[in-house]
Amino acid sequence: MIRVVLPAHLRTLAKISGEVKLEIDGPATQNSVLDQLEALYPMLRGTLRDQVTGQRRPFVRFFACEQDLSHDLPDTPLPDPVANGTEPFLIVGAIAGG
Amino acid sequence: MSDVRLLVGTRKGAFILTSDAKRQRWDVNGPHFAGWEIYHVKGSPADPNRLYASQSSGWHGQVIQRSNDGGKTWEPVGNKFVYDGVPGTHQWYDGTAHPWEFKRVWHLEPSLTDPDTVYAGVEDAALFRSSDGGKTWGELSGLRKHGSGPRWQPGAGGLCLHTIILDPSDPQRIYIAISAAGAFRSDDAGETWQPINKGLHSQYIPEPTAEVGHCVHHIAMNPSRPGVLFMQKHWDVMRSDDAGDSWREISGNLPTDFGFVIDIHAHDPETVYVVPIKSDSEHYPPDGKLRVYRSRTGGNEWEPLTEGLPQNDCYVNVLRDAMAVDSLDSCGIYFGTTGGQVYASPDAGDTWAPIVRDLPAVLSVEAQTLT
Repeated sequence: MIRVVLPAHLRTLAKISGEVKLEIDGPATQNSVLDQLEALYPMLRGTLRDQVTGQRRPFVRFFACEQDLSHDLPDTPLPDPVANGTEPFLIVGAIAGG
Repeated sequence: MSDVRLLVGTRKGAFILTSDAKRQRWDVNGPHFAGWEIYHVKGSPADPNRLYASQSSGWHGQVIQRSNDGGKTWEPVGNKFVYDGVPGTHQWYDGTAHPWEFKRVWHLEPSLTDPDTVYAGVEDAALFRSSDGGKTWGELSGLRKHGSGPRWQPGAGGLCLHTIILDPSDPQRIYIAISAAGAFRSDDAGETWQPINKGLHSQYIPEPTAEVGHCVHHIAMNPSRPGVLFMQKHWDVMRSDDAGDSWREISGNLPTDFGFVIDIHAHDPETVYVVPIKSDSEHYPPDGKLRVYRSRTGGNEWEPLTEGLPQNDCYVNVLRDAMAVDSLDSCGIYFGTTGGQVYASPDAGDTWAPIVRDLPAVLSVEAQTLT
């Protein structure tokens, strides 16, 4: 079980309160987590990754276990504490703008 | 008895303002989509409770929202805007070739007859259409591919398709406008397009009378006379009496002919409204006085409308989609400012009063007359 924490605007958009809990078949990676998240909440498509290129949006960051995973390749396995649900996968809106 | 519903898009959410036909007391509902930029909200003429909203942010991109109950509840629909084929390039600010990249939806124009059909004008400039209530979108790529696309260049606000006008007398005819490419018309429901910029003169481009390259800010049409168009260009207020085939200047005695909005009285197609702005480097009214100018003669002769509007120390702007009219008798005129005020005139501009004073910067205002 993967725990995902979304930024407030996306929790509102997807009508989510608190963490999202996902079951992933196969390795837990950024791509597999986001694919499953978007499958459950289609309104999040395009808000985290570009719908054409699949690339992370520039002002979205992925944190976990006190590390910035944003620049990892998207098929890199996530840290074990994320994969086993001990630590959440944090999706963060970068501090920018007004 | 009729009611009026105003759909207001702002930098930090959408607001819905409602009144009875007297238009003296207003209920303010919102913010919807708090914290997001709402470039535009518009209702379907065929089903006034069907609304579409363009919601976007620098963090999370574009979302399209749809309501089936006049804005009480909303649901996100499709937000996948993919250019048809190989997108190619347009000009960048420095004149270099720049790839077409989708950024946001500036304007949503529901069909006049089908609540599930809606057009979207986007940045980088292109026209999309959905015929399933916004679930899926396809580009009407004849516009972008008609030949001049590689020469289009962004205005200061981006390369945006901001105006979409559907001709009520001819379902095949669509007008659009792009900053800074100009105005275009389709006579075959969006398949093919022609630039309609003859008569425009823009000193800020190398060839002032070029076929494309003009920074058109907004175009208005009265549905009772669909061949007559009024345009607020970057500088110059213009008029066409032949569906855009030719334009002539009608700035007349305006204190400045720079501005963004232009609109037309619902029942008198020769009565036109603009809000003159001092210049393209000073985006506020001349002399700190917020004045709507009205022409009852289809242009050239303009009178300032000031009663109820601030006449000193006012330095707000009124953006291109932020003026609207209702269809009551007498015609109501509305506009929103970058200072967050929404002003209403229930008497065709003779007197004004703020509905609200302290919203986020207003990006768009649309009026619905509900019977």
